[in-house]
Amino acid sequence: MISIWFFIGIALAVNGGLILAAGVFQLLSPPITPAVALFKLHANVWWGALLLAIGLIYCFRFAPKR
Amino acid sequence: MSPLPAMAVPSHLVRLSAVDVVIVIFYFALVLSIGWYLRGRAHTGEDFFLAGREMSAWVAGLSFLSANLGALELMGWAGSAYQYGILATHWYWIGAIPAMLFLALVMMPFYYICQTHSVPGYLKLRFGEPARALSAISFAFMTVLMSGVNMFAMAKVLQIVLGWDINFSIWVSSVTVAIYVGLGGLRSAIFNEVLQFFLIWAGALLIPILGLYEAGGWWHLKLLIAQRASEQYVHLWATLGSFSNNPMGINWVGIVFGLGAVISMGYWTTDFLVVQRILSAKDIRSAQMAPIIGAGFKMLVPMIVILPGLLGLAVLPEKLVPESMATVSGAHSYNDVLPLMMARYFGPGLLGLGVTALVAGFMSGMAGNVSAFTTVWTYDIYRPLMNQRGSDRHYVNMGRWTTVIGVLISVGTAYLVMQFASIMDYVQALFSFFIAPLFGTVVLGMLWRRASAAGGFWGLLCGTLCSISMWTWVKVDPSALRYVALSPHAKGLAQDMYQALWSFLTCVGVTVVVSLATKPLPEVELNGLVYGLTEIPAVADLSLYQKPVFWAAVVGIVFVVLNLIFW
Repeated sequence: MISIWFFIGIALAVNGGLILAAGVFQLLSPPITPAVALFKLHANVWWGALLLAIGLIYCFRFAPKR
Repeated sequence: MSPLPAMAVPSHLVRLSAVDVVIVIFYFALVLSIGWYLRGRAHTGEDFFLAGREMSAWVAGLSFLSANLGALELMGWAGSAYQYGILATHWYWIGAIPAMLFLALVMMPFYYICQTHSVPGYLKLRFGEPARALSAISFAFMTVLMSGVNMFAMAKVLQIVLGWDINFSIWVSSVTVAIYVGLGGLRSAIFNEVLQFFLIWAGALLIPILGLYEAGGWWHLKLLIAQRASEQYVHLWATLGSFSNNPMGINWVGIVFGLGAVISMGYWTTDFLVVQRILSAKDIRSAQMAPIIGAGFKMLVPMIVILPGLLGLAVLPEKLVPESMATVSGAHSYNDVLPLMMARYFGPGLLGLGVTALVAGFMSGMAGNVSAFTTVWTYDIYRPLMNQRGSDRHYVNMGRWTTVIGVLISVGTAYLVMQFASIMDYVQALFSFFIAPLFGTVVLGMLWRRASAAGGFWGLLCGTLCSISMWTWVKVDPSALRYVALSPHAKGLAQDMYQALWSFLTCVGVTVVVSLATKPLPEVELNGLVYGLTEIPAVADLSLYQKPVFWAAVVGIVFVVLNLIFW
């Protein structure tokens, strides 16, 4: 049976990847007037990368083959 | 346990980008995939209703916590933190931690050893069929009604926050929940609750991180709150000496005895919605560790619920107002503070994750209600009262159909509330009537062998009637609150605390008196059900860090330290 932690890994990795991609896009072409406070911190870049990393670790550690 | 009332603020708060929509759609695809994958693992009654009793302590514990971590709780208590300050944390600490530890160390062995399918099932074994019927029927009825009320409230939230159509929100979420619970049973509900737990943390933890950065740290945040609201807002206990000294209008007696000793004990130890998750644990040690793990994480939840409310007080440029004023003025209400903080900090992608966390919290809450209703209906109402001779397969099929019917009743209730908004208040009040006396009945049943069948039934009935009477009294004559809460300065939340306290004491008093006047059950029938007549598996051969009591002590010490820090 596939571990529940594998599903968690998929969810975190996919969400993290999408958030990171959106953050990198904004980093490369920033909006003229940022719509959010603390835009300069680029939270979606590092938070997305963190979720992606945790998700990949879970996916690898709890992969069905293992 | 949600304080979120109906909302009616025009125009939505946030606008989703394409990547946000993809994240929301991905969540729906994932939960349906999990339900589809688990459909082949729900053949027997044990599989469908108790997830095969094979969950680890971590899975059962996180699911146990997630069942109470719905979107309405998050938004409602964040709003309460904005309104009342750090006092709202009591509902997460003293209003949960002692009860969770009590469940783990004292009550769980009895639930687990007697192999009951449900809390009403325990009452049947301990007090007989009348007590079970009273408890099961009231629980089943209230659960689906509450599910409908929450469904409507959440659809309203999604309309306000995102501009989604109410009918769309109700039907999409209902059909999704009906499919994944109907296919995979409790196992599917538990998997999605654990998924929701991670999504909520992933989606909400960034708010306090960025908020504290903007506010200049915790100490500067306290100064800002003192300037913009009052210094009372950052003290957990110091202002509870009297009713008039704090924004909640409550005193320490109500918090400690009403909330900590009765309401939270009743909710966390006898509400089958949460206890069912623990009953799915693979062995008794896991069943004891699960609430302790849940308690450990519960202590952290104020970081993503209370702190955003406090940060809203400090950094939001606008002043939020009570719901009644928001409806008239068009301003944002207290309950909007969490989405407002999301909109403040979350750019594309993060906003989608935040919204997904809210939707996930809502749907897993509904799934929790529906799976608990399905079990109680099938095992505690249908089987004993209508069809005692069905096969296991027959009861599983009944469970699947009941899942669909339960969802449809919830949808019907949601539309009823849409037409008659006052129903919402009545249903939320009705649910609270049963919790406190049920705790009295169950705990006496477990700890006092002299409690008789008649004592259990009449105690439960009288405690419930006491609760209903006090609620009706205050409803008819609001000034009666001074008598219920023993103070002319008491406010609404104090009523809940003292009402629970009196109904619990009534239940205990009646149970004791009737039990002493009637014939006790033979001791042979109480084996596995009562303290002193139940052999608890020994843990002497386990190392210290493997023993539940060790981890309960660790959680208990952290709990005390946290209360002292924020005194």
